[in-house]
Amino acid sequence: MYASGKYNSRGPALIPRMKIKHRIYYITLFSVVLLGLVATGMFQFWPHSIESTADWTLDKRSIHDAPLIRLPVSSPIPERGDLSCRMHTCFDVYRCGYNPKNRIKVYIYPLQRFADELGVPISSTGLSREYNDLLSAISDSDFYTDDVTRACLFIPSIDVLNQNSLRIRETAQALAMLPRWDKGMNHLLFNMLPGGPPDYNTALDVPRDRALLAGGGFSTWTYRQGYDISIPVYSPLSADVELPERQPGPRRYFILSSQTAIHREYRAELERLKEENGEALLLLDKCSNLSQGAASARKRCYKGQVYDYPQILQESSFCVVLRGARLGQATLSDVLQAGCVPVILADSYILPFSEVLDWKRASVVIPEEKLSEMYTILKSIPHRQVEEMQRQARWFWDAYFSSMKAVGLTTLQIINDRIYPYAARTYEQWNNPPVVKWSSVNSPLFLPLIPPRAPGFTAVVLTYDRVESLFRVITEISKVPSLAKLLVVWNNQNKSPPEESLWPKVSVPLKVVRTKENKLSNRFFPYDEIETEAVLAIDDDIIMLTSDELQFGYEVWREFPDRLVGYPGRLHLWDHEMGKWKYESEWTNEVSMVLTGAAFYHKYFNYLYTYKMPGDIKNWVDTHMNCEDIAMNFLVANITGKAPIKVTPRKKFKCPECTAIDGLSLDQTHMVERSECINKFASVFGTMPLKVVEHRADPVLYKDDFPEKLKSFPNIGSL
Amino acid sequence: MQAKKRYLIVLSAGACLALLFCLGGVRLPAAGRRSRHDRSRRSDQPWPHYSDPLHRFQPWDREDTEEFNLHTSPRQKKEANTSAYRGRRCRMDSCFDFSACHRNGFKVYVYPPQKGEKISESYQNILSSIEGSRFYTADPGQACLFVLSLDTLDRDQLSPQYVHNLKTKVQNLPLWNDGRNHLIFNLYSGTWPDYTEDLGFDIGQAMLAKASISTDNFRPNFDVSIPLFSKEHLRTGGERGFLKYNSIPPFRKYMLVFKGKRYLTGIGSDTRNALYHVHNAEDVVLLTTCKHGKDWQKHKDARCDKDNAEYDKYDYKEMLHNSTFCLVPRGRRLGSFRFLEALQAACVPVVLSNGWELPFSEIIDWNRATVIGDERLLLQIPTTVRSIHPDKILSLRQQTQFLWEAYFSSVEKIVLTTLEIIQDRVLEHGSRSSLMWNSHPGGLFALPQYSAYQGDFPFYYATLGIKPYPKFTAVIHAVSPLVSQSQPILKLLVAVARSQYCAQILVLWNCDKPLPAKQRWPATSVPVIVIEGENKVMSSRFVPYETIVTDAVLSLDEDTVLSTTEVDFAFTVWQSFPERIVGYPARSHFWDSNKERWGYTSKWTNDYSMVLTGAAFFHRYYHHLYTNYLPATLKSMVDQLANCEDILMNFLVSAVTKLPPIKVTQKKQYKETMMGQSSRASRWADPDHFAQRQTCMNKFASWFGGMPLIHSQMRLDPVLFKDQVSILRKKYRDIERL
Repeated sequence: MYASGKYNSRGPALIPRMKIKHRIYYITLFSVVLLGLVATGMFQFWPHSIESTADWTLDKRSIHDAPLIRLPVSSPIPERGDLSCRMHTCFDVYRCGYNPKNRIKVYIYPLQRFADELGVPISSTGLSREYNDLLSAISDSDFYTDDVTRACLFIPSIDVLNQNSLRIRETAQALAMLPRWDKGMNHLLFNMLPGGPPDYNTALDVPRDRALLAGGGFSTWTYRQGYDISIPVYSPLSADVELPERQPGPRRYFILSSQTAIHREYRAELERLKEENGEALLLLDKCSNLSQGAASARKRCYKGQVYDYPQILQESSFCVVLRGARLGQATLSDVLQAGCVPVILADSYILPFSEVLDWKRASVVIPEEKLSEMYTILKSIPHRQVEEMQRQARWFWDAYFSSMKAVGLTTLQIINDRIYPYAARTYEQWNNPPVVKWSSVNSPLFLPLIPPRAPGFTAVVLTYDRVESLFRVITEISKVPSLAKLLVVWNNQNKSPPEESLWPKVSVPLKVVRTKENKLSNRFFPYDEIETEAVLAIDDDIIMLTSDELQFGYEVWREFPDRLVGYPGRLHLWDHEMGKWKYESEWTNEVSMVLTGAAFYHKYFNYLYTYKMPGDIKNWVDTHMNCEDIAMNFLVANITGKAPIKVTPRKKFKCPECTAIDGLSLDQTHMVERSECINKFASVFGTMPLKVVEHRADPVLYKDDFPEKLKSFPNIGSL
Repeated sequence: MQAKKRYLIVLSAGACLALLFCLGGVRLPAAGRRSRHDRSRRSDQPWPHYSDPLHRFQPWDREDTEEFNLHTSPRQKKEANTSAYRGRRCRMDSCFDFSACHRNGFKVYVYPPQKGEKISESYQNILSSIEGSRFYTADPGQACLFVLSLDTLDRDQLSPQYVHNLKTKVQNLPLWNDGRNHLIFNLYSGTWPDYTEDLGFDIGQAMLAKASISTDNFRPNFDVSIPLFSKEHLRTGGERGFLKYNSIPPFRKYMLVFKGKRYLTGIGSDTRNALYHVHNAEDVVLLTTCKHGKDWQKHKDARCDKDNAEYDKYDYKEMLHNSTFCLVPRGRRLGSFRFLEALQAACVPVVLSNGWELPFSEIIDWNRATVIGDERLLLQIPTTVRSIHPDKILSLRQQTQFLWEAYFSSVEKIVLTTLEIIQDRVLEHGSRSSLMWNSHPGGLFALPQYSAYQGDFPFYYATLGIKPYPKFTAVIHAVSPLVSQSQPILKLLVAVARSQYCAQILVLWNCDKPLPAKQRWPATSVPVIVIEGENKVMSSRFVPYETIVTDAVLSLDEDTVLSTTEVDFAFTVWQSFPERIVGYPARSHFWDSNKERWGYTSKWTNDYSMVLTGAAFFHRYYHHLYTNYLPATLKSMVDQLANCEDILMNFLVSAVTKLPPIKVTQKKQYKETMMGQSSRASRWADPDHFAQRQTCMNKFASWFGGMPLIHSQMRLDPVLFKDQVSILRKKYRDIERL
């Protein structure tokens, strides 16, 4: 890099010298280049090979190389875990501090092996494959820091995923030996299988002081809301089996039960349901003739018939997830992966990631004692909702269940959201599957609000040098009762605006803004001078609108403050022959755009146009000096999902297309250019956001047989 | 020199350079990585990718432990839980009896007032809100939930409102049953100096609906955290939010403000004592005063005089209305009045009250409307709020207004929200999703009994990215017998059936005469279903009949005159506004200041606020809402008068949407019919008719706690309506023809 930089700077200087000097120069040049090449090559490959060996040794690192620590019998044991712990009492937030990225830093302890004084390890499995995956995913993520002093959260490398493989007391002692343990402050433990026979407690039994617990199978009595995180029980099938996503819709079976260890009372109940409802239910169990192990995990049987698991889950609309000895069941993950709607029967169970996930959209929770009513309850759910749930279930799996990485990073994100709540991910971000995120709109002006009339609107007139016409426009607009301010955007850099004394006298403040460049986007800049919500964008040649028409337009805008409210309407059409969009300004029965040569809209959209316009549309418009209105229509429709409102009848407008309609000169190129814009914008937006409607807004008594003088807006629609 | 050679050389040199650059470029990230590794070697290593054959955390053959089958039955386990988890560990599973609720539905019983017991105004408001709600039952045998008539709101022993001997009084209640299925409301507990959350009596297994509750004492999904509200809090209706428009950029004069007491003794002032560090007298104005209580002078500290002086310089109201953020630090108790004040004022609350379980935290996503700070990080608060993006401020601010009006603006809303939260727990599988609680129009107007699927409601189409079903069901309200083949109802039936959007027609037979024979009805391409009205009353036209399968309903009177074109056009309009009423003839309301009451007018006016439901499209959900949400008193009033059902529907829909209905254009002749010269003379020509409607309006307004109707000045016409263009170009040309 260094060498190449040097050459770069010298390069241009060399060339003129070559012209006159002798051969020797070329030889020198060649050798220099060659030398440089060799040197850089050395640089390149030499350290690189060092690094790759380093990587190699890292990759081949064995857990057996990890230091072995022997725990003295008297080594201290942490306290049992305080049920009253909350983030504000048991978590040291100063360690996380203020952080411009709003991201916590997570430190992972290096691997150590722990054994008691006799050398017996504290865990029968040691580091499990899953915990290894989890830790390496975290170490690869943005959360990770290797600097223990900067860390906000500490993750021990002691694997406590499965309590059954642990020696409780010794594991606790090992935790307490961690150099930064400090009563477990800011430590996070991952546990998926808590408790053990016969009681099967619902939280890890290892004493752990104040450590946070990400646990699978919490009950409402052990879960410290807002402190612990409920995580799923990872299903090993997730990694081994690929189930293609299926379209939501009805399935062969209505309800499927695939769990093998269901308490006999519940199995009897399920059998009874099966008798009542026959084929709609499929009740699977372990295959008796298969030996234990991985193979048997992939098979289920019903009366001698063998089914592939988890594939069979995809054949059912609903899949039963009953509590076993523990509340958390790995089956839940398989069911979600299959896009089957889980029917969860596990009283007091805290569903995985319930702090952020809306399980009502992906599952049905039924109290255990209502197992017998399950069929009736599920039958009452509308089809469309079942489809939504199927889609949602699969999305939850994809995003939060599919790997240990997903589980781990989701857990960290939840903690991150608690520490920086003002930067937390939103409900939509957590819960909307990509297809909904894509098709749904969440309008930034979502509160139903009809703004008061009093603040009025600011008219923004874009002008270049048509002073006479501009003055007429100003005079006309100034008659509108609700006009609050006039803002003239002077887009001509070569000429100064007329002297103040020459301007028409108007009763509202008039401000002239001079722009630095003659750009169309200047008309949509969110000028500080615009103090009202409502903006009227108007061209300097629109003199034909009456005061009644403008005032009425403002009144309509008040009823639809999140839309463009304008006068001439336009339409986009799909041209089947050409296979692309076409712009239409003929006398159409439909409207999907309004021209911004005269339109009311919310100042927010100025801000959006200037700062949030997708892709290169803004520059494109400025370069082509056209289509700024189409761009604005796209922008507003895309973010609100709503059509513009055209007000009042058609009238003669001075604009290229309008003359075209009047048959004076058919400006074909203009129309072609506008069509091009639509196609260009649609491809940038990735969709066609414009909405077509067949209505326009008129005053209530428009054209009614009623005395004109009693109408609020009599002077409307005159040509 | 030979140009060729020269170029060759330049070219090769260039190639070499490019190569170097390329290699260098490739090396760059590698170098970066290496340095990280170097660093890590210095401290600790990142997690290495172990390649050992590792065990799975759970062996295949122990997927689910078999021992479970041999041990306790789940039923026994449940019973064990029930007895083990009592008192502070109560949960719905252990301390609540669902059976009564499943048997009779979610009914709430309020104990009759006891003689000699004083009830505070606030508590009286709570009780009458329950008694006025659709959950109320006077029969304790039917009840799922019990509410005491003993005032438990103020449990501060030093307070004049404090009820003594509550313990004995409660224990003596015949239905107390150790508090099972009881709900106890409380605003204040504990007293100076430590303000513990002790209520001073044993609540047994009762649920608490308590203000300022701490996470320590809050039993999740069992208790309900309610907001602290003042004596003056309105019982019904409630004040509107202060936000009138969304200014851009969304910043106000002040960034962050607070004005309140600083306590010199007792708990609750650690944060308030430190506020002056953050105060900058410009855009962050945090003021405290020491002046309160009789003997503040005795305890006053070095800062008091300075603080008090600064405090008096600013007006609280002015700051509240002109600040982007409002600090809500804990006071003596965790919650304070500031919270609701800020919410109403559209001043985004910055909550600094560690351990406070925010109001209705079970269902409200407070991150959408507030900034939840940490008292320990007070000094960072200004930086934090300044870092919030203007877009986010815009949305936080709007959400404060939505939440205020949906759940907090009146005692009734607070009480109903509490009850609905508990009902959702009881229903479980048919409860509201978070989206329904946290978006307009809110959980009180989105009844989950209607459907658990959000797409069945008129409010969430955009959020879900879907559209309403593109057909409608016409519901014709028939009251006169079928005698001739030229009757308007038959013409109407034919015209409506011809609409391309019509899925089916429902004739609601509310006539005393028996149903006409099937062949009397004209043959149509869509199914015509005739059903007999329930009790033949007016409200039966808004019953959510199961036969209505489409989202849209076209509600019609039997004498309505409509052409197919008009129907088609109105339906396309409705598709753009599925949450509103879209119809033809409109009416208006006005405030009659002479009589100090609402007036009703059917005159031609420049605006309107109601659309008659004798010819209007609306979402079928409003049938459900009309039938199940409105109180029996209003519905029976409508039925007795056989009038005003349309006004009531307009009230309801506008209360939900906070928007006016939409009038579409209509042929003139229709208006004349509606003006009262047709077959329906009986109803519209009745001189009482008009007076009744006036009375209805005022009666409805008082139940809604205000006037929900909103005026509109526009009518929607077809795009080319009455334009100077050939009629052949017009899609809806029949509308213009007379």
